[in-house]
Amino acid sequence: MNTPASFANWKLFWKRWGIGLTTTAVVVAAILYYYARTPQVTEAVLASTLRQSVPLVLGALCGLMGERAAVINIGIEGQMLMAAFVAFLVNVYTGNLLLGVTAGILIGALLGLLLAFMSVTLKIDQIIGGTVINILAIGLTGYFYKVGLSAHGKLNPIPLGPLAKIPLIGPVLFDNPPITYASIILVFVVHYVLFYTPWGLRTRAVGEHPRAADTLGINVYLVRYVNVVVGGALAGLAGAYLSLEAVGSFERLMTNGRGFVALAVMIFGKWTPLGSWGAALLFGFATALQTQLQFGGKVNIPPQFIGMLPYLLTIIVLAGFVGRARPPAADGIPYEKEG
Amino acid sequence: MSTQAHKTSPWEAVTRFGRSIAVPLGAVVLALVIGAIIIQASGASAWKAYEALARGAFGNAHGWQRTLEKTTPLIFSGLAVAFAFKAGLFNIGAQGQLLFGAITAAWVGFAVHGMPPGIHAAVALTAGAVAGGLYGALPGALKTYTGAHEVITTIMLNYIAMGFTDYLANGPLKDTTPGNIVARTPQILESARLPTWGWLPFGFLLAIVASAFAWWLLQRTTLGFEIRTVGQNPHAARYAGMKVARTIILTMVISALFAGIGGAVETQGVVGRYEPGFNANLGFDGITVALLGKTDPFGVIPAALLLGAMRAGSNQMQFKAHVAQEITDVVQALMLFFVAADMIVRWLLRMRAAEEGEKITLSTGWGSH
Repeated sequence: MNTPASFANWKLFWKRWGIGLTTTAVVVAAILYYYARTPQVTEAVLASTLRQSVPLVLGALCGLMGERAAVINIGIEGQMLMAAFVAFLVNVYTGNLLLGVTAGILIGALLGLLLAFMSVTLKIDQIIGGTVINILAIGLTGYFYKVGLSAHGKLNPIPLGPLAKIPLIGPVLFDNPPITYASIILVFVVHYVLFYTPWGLRTRAVGEHPRAADTLGINVYLVRYVNVVVGGALAGLAGAYLSLEAVGSFERLMTNGRGFVALAVMIFGKWTPLGSWGAALLFGFATALQTQLQFGGKVNIPPQFIGMLPYLLTIIVLAGFVGRARPPAADGIPYEKEG
Repeated sequence: MSTQAHKTSPWEAVTRFGRSIAVPLGAVVLALVIGAIIIQASGASAWKAYEALARGAFGNAHGWQRTLEKTTPLIFSGLAVAFAFKAGLFNIGAQGQLLFGAITAAWVGFAVHGMPPGIHAAVALTAGAVAGGLYGALPGALKTYTGAHEVITTIMLNYIAMGFTDYLANGPLKDTTPGNIVARTPQILESARLPTWGWLPFGFLLAIVASAFAWWLLQRTTLGFEIRTVGQNPHAARYAGMKVARTIILTMVISALFAGIGGAVETQGVVGRYEPGFNANLGFDGITVALLGKTDPFGVIPAALLLGAMRAGSNQMQFKAHVAQEITDVVQALMLFFVAADMIVRWLLRMRAAEEGEKITLSTGWGSH
């Protein structure tokens, strides 16, 4: 090649980061523009974007933990719903928020265990296994829900000292309730675990070529079990977020399809934690915009149409990106040991 | 699975039939037992609850009529799911397709005047079916042309259908009779109504005919053969020169047609108008019905009857035994679990593992064609 090394590097650099950098520049410019015009609305929309993205990014992390180990989790919706309910119930009867959140995480993990049992041990079709969890969650929460229960408080924002006082960035990033902070940290934790630890390497090996992984002495079943259970715990945290942080109460079917939207977020994020976070923020923005439009009352669109926005966006994303992003090679296929 | 070439003795046929219903039956029994444990644990009498449930569903002519009315849409949504299953597609969108069928039938039912009774009803039914079918074409096309998995797209389309029909019932199609403040369409005309003979709703007969039609289509036509081949092995189907994309879209359309008629029948035979939020879980119930019926068009009927009876009798159960109606949802979910996890049931019944051909694979990864 005749091209000088520095030029080739530049091209490579651009190829790898170009789209990301351009998008970031455009987004930052747009935010600054709107902040200059209407600071309060911009702050409100951005803060709401981050908070709306929490259950989606946690759900997407749950989905990708499973799928990186080749287990499709379509039961995220049910895991979230059950966790939201149990977290709420525990809070109602103990008055403790932390206990409630812990219970939510545990019930999410338990349902993860059920999914792992169905799809890894029993080798039931994973889509059906997940659907079982969803229907079970609707049934159980509906049966045990009693109108009139109320939670003892909800998780409140914790301003991070002087950081929260920075204009624009402070109120958006550093004045959030605990699960919102946790979700951001978890994005990086999962990223680190998946790409920089032996466990992550094993997980990806199991997801791409379980036979080879098995030959190398990796316990395929164990890796799948652990990933799906940990994923379930993340979905459980998302559920606890919904009942104890976002709303401070439980409503029937309160997950409203977020578990499925999370799967689209995961696919849009190309099965990576950081990509999923970006996608979740985009979806969060769509939802935040939707609420802003609904209550701003400036535009004359029927509220039902505005409400469809996140769901339409999900379909568009799926239609546009599924073919282009490559799922783990063994995704959805039960592993049969030889001999 | 496939039609047997050699002659089978009657006894063989009986034992095969027995084996084929053993798993669903075992699942139902296990689910009812666990349901009973939950009822007892929450401080009520399981026996009284189930007795009240059965009496409410089958105790008198009125009970039978309610049971059959509840069974009818379940047969249709179960058929929708079962039919798509045959092509390896998981149509969770029966809900949305049903809503579009229901509101379209209502619209034709109240807005078109001057048609003779039978014709008007038939036109409204057809309109409902077509509306549902077209809505089902969407996820089919999305799957074939973009690889977007139908499980997610159909669920998203359910939410969109809910929003859209809600908008229609609140806006352009709203009942404008003085005093009405709720979202609903006007009452349909008498000429678009489906009759009920004694305790037998006409819609139930339609559902039986639809099951027979689905069976005929799947087992006795070239299209049915193609659908089943695509479901078992899309690569082989493509290699054999079948148009897999066309088959997938067509399957979704037919599947959604069933759901659409289900909605239309509900509007014309039971509700008499469209109201948002009716039968909110029919789409999911269809999955349970389809799997309980072993995705067989005729198997769907007894499965739907069971669930329909539970729905019809749950009122009485709540009234007489003070058990919340939602227990039926729990029992239903458990049934689905045990049917899906037929390894557990088989293990409990000490039966041999499912033959290879009986398994349906839906989750060979996202976007795989």
